[in-house]
Amino acid sequence: MEPTKVITIRDINRLIKMKLEGDASLQDIWLKGEISNFTRHSSGHMYFTLKDEGGRLKCIMFASYNQRLPFAPKDGMKVLARGGISVYERDGQYQFYATAMQPDGIGSLYLAFEQLKRKLEAEGLFSERLKRPIPSYPRTVGVITSPTGAAVRDIIITIQRRNPAVNVLLYPVSVQGTQAAPSIVKAIAAMNALGEADVLIVGRGGGSLEELWAFNEEAVARAVRGSRIPVISAVGHETDFTIADFAADLRAPTPTAAAELAVPHAAELRQRIAYMRGQLVRSLRNALERSRERLSRARQSPIFMQPKRSLLVQAERLDRIRERLDYRMNAQLARQSDKLARLTANLKAKSPEQQALLARQRLDTNRRSLTLAMNGLARTNANRWSSLVRHLDALSPLKVMARGYSLVYDERERSLVRSIESVQPGDLVRVKLTDGKLSCQVWGIEGEDVQDG
Amino acid sequence: MASKDELNVAATEEQASITFEQAMESLESIVSKLESGDVPLETAIELFQEGMRLSSLCGQKLEQVERRIEILVEGESGLGRKPFVPAQSDS
Repeated sequence: MEPTKVITIRDINRLIKMKLEGDASLQDIWLKGEISNFTRHSSGHMYFTLKDEGGRLKCIMFASYNQRLPFAPKDGMKVLARGGISVYERDGQYQFYATAMQPDGIGSLYLAFEQLKRKLEAEGLFSERLKRPIPSYPRTVGVITSPTGAAVRDIIITIQRRNPAVNVLLYPVSVQGTQAAPSIVKAIAAMNALGEADVLIVGRGGGSLEELWAFNEEAVARAVRGSRIPVISAVGHETDFTIADFAADLRAPTPTAAAELAVPHAAELRQRIAYMRGQLVRSLRNALERSRERLSRARQSPIFMQPKRSLLVQAERLDRIRERLDYRMNAQLARQSDKLARLTANLKAKSPEQQALLARQRLDTNRRSLTLAMNGLARTNANRWSSLVRHLDALSPLKVMARGYSLVYDERERSLVRSIESVQPGDLVRVKLTDGKLSCQVWGIEGEDVQDG
Repeated sequence: MASKDELNVAATEEQASITFEQAMESLESIVSKLESGDVPLETAIELFQEGMRLSSLCGQKLEQVERRIEILVEGESGLGRKPFVPAQSDS
């Protein structure tokens, strides 16, 4: 036979470990047994063996888990341990790795506690959203506990000490034994029916798990959660948690603490009232101060301080406007007078006086020209005349007559006798000579050939 | 004008009608309103007066020592009550 595959010890141990750890039925289990061979290593880890009639099992509880153990395990002790099976690879040894441990005897109760807690938690009964606020100033505190015993005394003394004005209404119940849970449930219902208490304290002094058991019962937890009146749970001493604690609106570690949580201290209240009175005074003073400041600011406004100034501003404005008005008016005036001057000049330029002047000048000029022309003409004519006169003089018949010529006129000296034909013999004629006339009578007529020219 | 007696009666009636908690809450809200500082002066004065009145009312209520410590007992006609004094020393 030939091995097909060789596996190392380490690998097989690891494989076994994985198999075991993967098996849910070997994980998160509870074991009951007696401790033997207990050792506590210097590292803090605990090593021991758990045994019962039928067998034994090596166990280890690491320091991180055993630090919070509520008891000291030792040889011969019967315990209930929670944990899972795994393998210590190096030794090939399977062991129980414990994460929690309880002394046995109460072990079954502890299991029941865990189971109920998980159930109610899953149901949401412990939800923070369901928790109601505890009233700040209760008039009456309802107390549900044993009428005998330290718890009720602690609660009443604490309430009296803190606030003498708060009433206490005690509903006596038995807090251990089989009757405990039903009586607590009934008391909570009765307190709610009565409706007098503003807050309920439900609890008892410390004790063993068995003694506290009533507060781990489902009925009590539901009654606590179902109460209309807010509930402060006060069970045991400090570290003991009960199901009722989880269900309550507020958990107090002790009955005394519950009373303190339920009732405000009168002295603190007085302090608070005094503080608020002080705040009232301070706030009002501040308000007054602020108002006063506002008033004085308003009073110091320039309008009140120098009323004239605001008038001056207006006066100045008026002046400015006047200046502008003047300026505009003057400018307008200047423009208009310019225009007037221009028009006047134009008008003047076109004035008839000027035209008259010009006309006169022209007239004068013309007159002078005329005079000159006339004079010229006169001179010219005078010259002509004198030349003509000279000429005429030269042509004058008298001159001719002076040379011996004479003129013959008819007898009446009306017409000149130019031809022999105009006279008849016998006619009287007048002959004009240079120095007088002769009256003559024609005696003969003798024609003469006259050659023209 | 109300007489002094009438005022006293009114004050007592108010003391009975308003709880300490209500008075404290009113007082606290008045204080925070005044502290905020944005109330008109007239309102501030009114608030102040109301606040001072409430604070003395709270003080009075606090000093009223008429505490009852009673235990409920089951009788034939249902729940009865009687004064309760816890045992002096026990555990």
